[in-house]
Amino acid sequence: MALELNDTDKSLITALARGLPLVPDPYAEIGRRVGLSEADVMAAIKRLSEEGLIKRFGVVVRHHELGYRHNAMVVWDIPDDKVADIGKCFSKFDFVTLCYQRPRRLPDWPYNLFCMVHGRERQAVLDQVEELAKKCGVDHPRYDVLFSGRRFKQRGAVYRLAPEPPKAEAAE
Amino acid sequence: MKTDFEKRLLDEFQRDFPVSPRPFAEIAERLDATEEEVIGALEKLQDEGTVSRVGAVFRPGGVGDSTLAAMAVPPERLDEVADLVSAYEEVNHNYEREHRLNLWFVVCAKDREAVTAALDDISRRTGLEVLDLPMIQDYHLDLGFRLQWH
Repeated sequence: MALELNDTDKSLITALARGLPLVPDPYAEIGRRVGLSEADVMAAIKRLSEEGLIKRFGVVVRHHELGYRHNAMVVWDIPDDKVADIGKCFSKFDFVTLCYQRPRRLPDWPYNLFCMVHGRERQAVLDQVEELAKKCGVDHPRYDVLFSGRRFKQRGAVYRLAPEPPKAEAAE
Repeated sequence: MKTDFEKRLLDEFQRDFPVSPRPFAEIAERLDATEEEVIGALEKLQDEGTVSRVGAVFRPGGVGDSTLAAMAVPPERLDEVADLVSAYEEVNHNYEREHRLNLWFVVCAKDREAVTAALDDISRRTGLEVLDLPMIQDYHLDLGFRLQWH
């Protein structure tokens, strides 16, 4: 469930969505944009991290540019009573970067567990998928591997919770 | 090729990034470099696209609402439909994937109504069905990605 956010949080999240400005005092700079002190910005980032709203704070890399050219969304049809255990098991592998349960949409879409698997070679991705099934005890695995083709757009989420800060940052 | 300095910047600061008045100076100290070198290297990595940003990854569903959407687009219309989808401010990832459902994108907005409105609009403008697959549960604790350097 979405948390209750105060106006300060909303302004800050909007400003953070595109990343820190690369200046010596980025938190003070964000504070200037949203009308907060540097201390307030830093305190809010720490609080949002503790509350789990910020899942991770740091350098966000693009796998493709780092040589992980073969990325696939792997989708699984897992019995509902096992999906939590298997999802947690998949998540422990280094090559898995996301793992979500999502609804099936029968009859078109039978899959309820989605994970992203990254590899330097196509075969490496397929081997890793088999490893997941074996090591996490997926009986008679039913899955599909959707390799990524062209990337049309990739950037951090922009939620438009608050009006844009006056000084707009260049888009990626 | 990445220098050892760049590799360490990419590897060691994906989480627990310093939240202090001079974070880049703090990183510089740990990497035996200067603040200017850290900022310069991050600018370069960001310009070349290796680094998407230095910032927050938000928990899905924590801020506003979001969904993963999929469409089966006739191949000859893929460019046109992908461009139309990418133009939405609410769309942040938009990929072609090898499947009958060949266009996959993430929609984020301030609430569920706004997400649904964007999906409906895309469906209406393209005349194609849009599959709406909102997250039920997130199992992954994001610790960053351990890079294997060759």
